[in-house]
Amino acid sequence: MSHTAEHNEHAGGGTKEIIRITVILTVLTIIELIIGFWMIDIPLSSVGVRLALKGTIVILMMAKAFYIVAYFMHLKHEMKNLIMTIVVPLALFIWFIIAFLYDGNSFKNLRNTYDPYFKEQSTIKVEKKEHGAADKHEGTKEEKKTSH
Amino acid sequence: MATTATAPTTKSWGGGKSPFNVEYGKVMMWYFLMSDAFTFGAFLISYGTIRFSTNGWPDPNEVFKSFPFAPEGMNAPLVFVSIMTFILIISSVTMVLAVQAGHNMDKKGVVKNLIWTIIGGIAFLSCQAWEWNHLHHEGAWWGSNPFLNHDGTASSTNFTNYFFTITGFHGFHVFSGVIINIIMLIMAMTNKFEERGHYLMIEKAGLYWHFVDLVWVFVFTCFYLI
Repeated sequence: MSHTAEHNEHAGGGTKEIIRITVILTVLTIIELIIGFWMIDIPLSSVGVRLALKGTIVILMMAKAFYIVAYFMHLKHEMKNLIMTIVVPLALFIWFIIAFLYDGNSFKNLRNTYDPYFKEQSTIKVEKKEHGAADKHEGTKEEKKTSH
Repeated sequence: MATTATAPTTKSWGGGKSPFNVEYGKVMMWYFLMSDAFTFGAFLISYGTIRFSTNGWPDPNEVFKSFPFAPEGMNAPLVFVSIMTFILIISSVTMVLAVQAGHNMDKKGVVKNLIWTIIGGIAFLSCQAWEWNHLHHEGAWWGSNPFLNHDGTASSTNFTNYFFTITGFHGFHVFSGVIINIIMLIMAMTNKFEERGHYLMIEKAGLYWHFVDLVWVFVFTCFYLI
């Protein structure tokens, strides 16, 4: 029985904490949804506002992730050694996200500068919604075949 | 807790006790989840890279605007997916309650909360099945994208490819989580954990289930909100 008692050593928990975290997660989700609904009416041309709202949503997302991992998955109440072995490797994501998104953005800029076809494709509006969409669907399929 | 004086961390590696103060299975579950986090992270970063490298992208409020049993052409963006999100959050809460009941050796509480968790998981999967079916009827699938970009220009199939791959991979995780929870339920009902003297296995299943909820937080944000 010596090792079975180990789980008792985790501090914290309790129904009160669970209710508190549930409320926090619900509130954060509702705020995210409010921003989402708000963003529907903001035109694409106001890039700055849309970007700021999207940034806010990402911050709220990180907060939700923190609460789930720290309290529901109980990581906050584990020993520091265990927390470090899990959190430190995940710090790689900081580099992943910056490097890859920067790369994608740079590729877009290059193509917009040097690839007139790419640039042209992203300025032509498709007229009729339903019909045009169906035509386009065929078009992309053919394009796929030829490009291989 | 008063009875448990945790040894100073400097002595953790002196032998005679588990240095991380958790059982082997739980440490390994954490490491598995970390690797799984990298898998999902790679998927989502790949999606982000492609999205950053194209000039236009479909508007999620235009794509995901339908609701089951709603009249044709009804415009209800975000509504269905917020229901799915809340289902998953609530099922995560019932899972925490099941783990807690396990700590207190409360078999009835474990069984009750596990049943609620399983119901939540099945409800989420049903919602996703409906949504996939609906999108498929609209012509969206791997390799075909009927939607236009937000600015009215033609869209590529990247959007649907990433959507179905990533939500499908997440849905598969939900499915395996439900299976694991059903196994836990059967083990609890047949007194397997009572015989062992502890409900530690529920904790590991719980970690997996919370991870599934965690991934949904990211998928929900990346595909439906921004």
